[in-house]
Amino acid sequence: MTTLTVPRRGFLAGGAAAAAGLTLGFHLPFGGDASAQSVTPEVNAWVVIKPDDTVVVRIARAEMGQGTLTGLAQLVAEELECDWNKVTWEYPTPGENVRRGRVWQNFGTAGSQGIRQSNDYVRKGGAAARMMLVQAAANEWKVPVGECTVAKGVITHAVTGRSTSYGKVAAAASLLTPPPTDSITLKDPKTWTIAGQPLKRLDTPEKLNGRQIYSIDVKLPGMLNAALKICPVFGGKIKNFDVTQIENMPGFKKAVRVGDTGVAVIADTWWRAKTALDALPIEWDEGPNSKVQQADILAAQTEGLTASEAILGSKNGDAHAALASARRTVEAVYAVPHQHHVTMEPMNATALWTPQKCEVWTATQNAEAALATATEVSGLPIDKNEVYRLHLGGGFGRRSSSQDFVRYAILIAKEMPGTPVKTIWSREEDMTHGWYHPATQCRLIAGFDDQDNLNALHMRISGQSILATISPARLQNGRDAATFQGLNPEGPESQLGYTVPNLLIEHAMRNSHVPAGFWRGVNNNQNAIYLECFLDELAHSAKQDPLEFRRKLMANHPKHRAVLDAVAEKVGWGTPPPAGVYRGLAQQMGFGSYVAACAEVSVSDAGILKIHRIVAATDCGHAVNPQQIAAQVEGSFVYGLTAALYGEITIANGRVEQENFDTYQMLRMDEMFDVETIIMPSGGFWGGVGEPTIFVAAPAVLNAVFAATGIRVRQVPLSKTSLKKA
Amino acid sequence: MTRLSINDVVYDLDVEPETPLLWVIREQVGLTGTKYGCGVAQCGACTVHIDGVATRSCAIPVSTVTEQQKIVTIEGLSPDLAHPVQKAWLELDVPQCGYCQSGQIMAATALLNANPRPTEQQIREEMTNICRCGTYNRIKAAIQLASNTMAG
Ligand code: FES
Ligand code: FES
Repeated sequence: MTTLTVPRRGFLAGGAAAAAGLTLGFHLPFGGDASAQSVTPEVNAWVVIKPDDTVVVRIARAEMGQGTLTGLAQLVAEELECDWNKVTWEYPTPGENVRRGRVWQNFGTAGSQGIRQSNDYVRKGGAAARMMLVQAAANEWKVPVGECTVAKGVITHAVTGRSTSYGKVAAAASLLTPPPTDSITLKDPKTWTIAGQPLKRLDTPEKLNGRQIYSIDVKLPGMLNAALKICPVFGGKIKNFDVTQIENMPGFKKAVRVGDTGVAVIADTWWRAKTALDALPIEWDEGPNSKVQQADILAAQTEGLTASEAILGSKNGDAHAALASARRTVEAVYAVPHQHHVTMEPMNATALWTPQKCEVWTATQNAEAALATATEVSGLPIDKNEVYRLHLGGGFGRRSSSQDFVRYAILIAKEMPGTPVKTIWSREEDMTHGWYHPATQCRLIAGFDDQDNLNALHMRISGQSILATISPARLQNGRDAATFQGLNPEGPESQLGYTVPNLLIEHAMRNSHVPAGFWRGVNNNQNAIYLECFLDELAHSAKQDPLEFRRKLMANHPKHRAVLDAVAEKVGWGTPPPAGVYRGLAQQMGFGSYVAACAEVSVSDAGILKIHRIVAATDCGHAVNPQQIAAQVEGSFVYGLTAALYGEITIANGRVEQENFDTYQMLRMDEMFDVETIIMPSGGFWGGVGEPTIFVAAPAVLNAVFAATGIRVRQVPLSKTSLKKA
Repeated sequence: MTRLSINDVVYDLDVEPETPLLWVIREQVGLTGTKYGCGVAQCGACTVHIDGVATRSCAIPVSTVTEQQKIVTIEGLSPDLAHPVQKAWLELDVPQCGYCQSGQIMAATALLNANPRPTEQQIREEMTNICRCGTYNRIKAAIQLASNTMAG
């Protein structure tokens, strides 16, 4: 073990922490676990240990239901060798992260990266804290550190029969120099006792008695509330509003322009603000987009399916030539519409602006981006801005696609300097001003050789690019690499699981005025529908078993094949299902993980679909909390199948037609099915968990629907197709 | 003045009569465990008990509730998590984001009060609240667990 000495230096972030001094100044009026916050000096950026042995783990990533908070705490606690029962947590702020040279690195929580991209440095944070704590005890006892052992937060020197606890030596440990990162050896995951275990979440109790404060629940002294209306047509502007009509309404304080696109009413309560806003006569300049109809968007996609120009995704061999000389070809066109995230907690944020400082309380998947937005909108230097983080009532990519909820809240609060203003979007405002799952279509053509082997595949995707909306700077020569998620020829992130001798994958980018965003699962979702349903068609056209047809193409992709084999075995593929029940398969790799599913469904003569059971397998490399992975897998089927069965956002006169759950239907408990989850971490890599299963949800069910009815559903949502027996 | 009895406390409130009960509870009374999800009686996030009956408070004007009626919110169920439904929720680690769970728990407790031994089919039919995170199977299992413990 390395010997650690005074004085302390910054850990992991070079000297920045030292420069910032030991007072953290976490200013979290109620962010994080309030009981965890203390003035106790930290052992390092990740770990604070209080005199009573309470272990506070700092969590940089956002908790939105996916369990990342507990998983990250498990990883830190594992290396720290503390008592899990004493573990609690707190959220550092992005402002503190800036002041300390990004000691907590990335706060972004999207792309199923919370654990897989930070596991190494958070584990090292836990290990370094352990080394410092043990060193502090050894120093106090004047014994060699190598003679000390530690278990569950108790340090023992067996030779002299002494022992002490983390809480007693934490203050001394905090003064030691952290060990160099390269001197830290992490545990072999095979020896884990806290990580890898199906432990209960740390954040459950307060979600059961109303004590959990979400962003929408924030209360500050003197706070006012605002209701917001942005021009219903994307890209439209606010022209005028007649405040005289509402200024005598109860609680009314002010009606304000929000940038050049919207208007807000500020009142004492949100309900009064909303009531006044609903009564406010508003004149919009809807602009040219008000002429755009759903049919226009679809027509542009259809044109792209056969347009002569397209952006190359990947290719091998010569698909065009092979198709021209194929013994037979199969062709199909699939279509996937816009979806909305519908986080249960609508967008909201509270802002307090003065000419000196801008503070924001909100639920975001990327607190660093929220801070950047605050800095831009407040007009104040970055160190005069701060964002306090609260748990998210759902994220699903909405709260990472844009920090517009922060932007609007600050624009509104700037109209009331010194008064905190909470801006809540009504559900209608939330649903009509989203960052929608991109709408695309895909034309697939397959060619078979003389032995009826699949010899060529041409996939032409046509439609929207997410990056073109969100971050055009990330396009490479006009190419959006993310469009090809799950279809890439290689790489650890989202690799195609099949080998086809002649393959061509392209994208005809056809963007509309509808903003596209990252929607849980992202482009993997439609790519899995396109490819996995089409492969099912090909298997049937070749009169081959869909499992065997796939397996023949998967020889070079053993991990993809292993999850598929696992679900096939567990579901009993090849043995007859219960009478009237039919099966469908799908697999895909994305966000570093391999997933597969088999759905069992029945369809009544009247065309009513019932999903009975889904067997799912996940190889995420390392499984940090199996019971939470199972929860994510189950939730992913609900999310993915809500979209597959019902979800469709449509456009009329440039605006979104769906405004609430009555026109944007959700899967509910009456339709819920059994989910059997196989977690099969094969080690050696770290894959994500929050999203991957969504990819396979829709194609597995759609393939089972075909098996049951002979009807090939090529348009999502399924509710648009009648499954009634002819 | 509107007078309401919420969690055994009587409140005198200055609100417009058409204000939904949800917003009176959240903003005037200050109990924020009851959530806003849709405002149109679709999602159930705002579920409270009125005289023991699960009610979507976003769709009830406060003027239709009398001071004799007993309103119970999630905060009034059992602050120390002693209610068997809360215990079952804890045991099975039901919540994900948790935002819908106040409403789910209030719906579940009302269901079990009315029908202590619901069949699986009855649970499916009665529990109509939306959970966007998809915790339905754990909710169902937790109701069955609570039903078993309550029946002793
Ligand atoms: S908020 Fe009342 S049912 Fe949705
Ligand atoms: S737990 Fe997130 S909506 Fe139900």
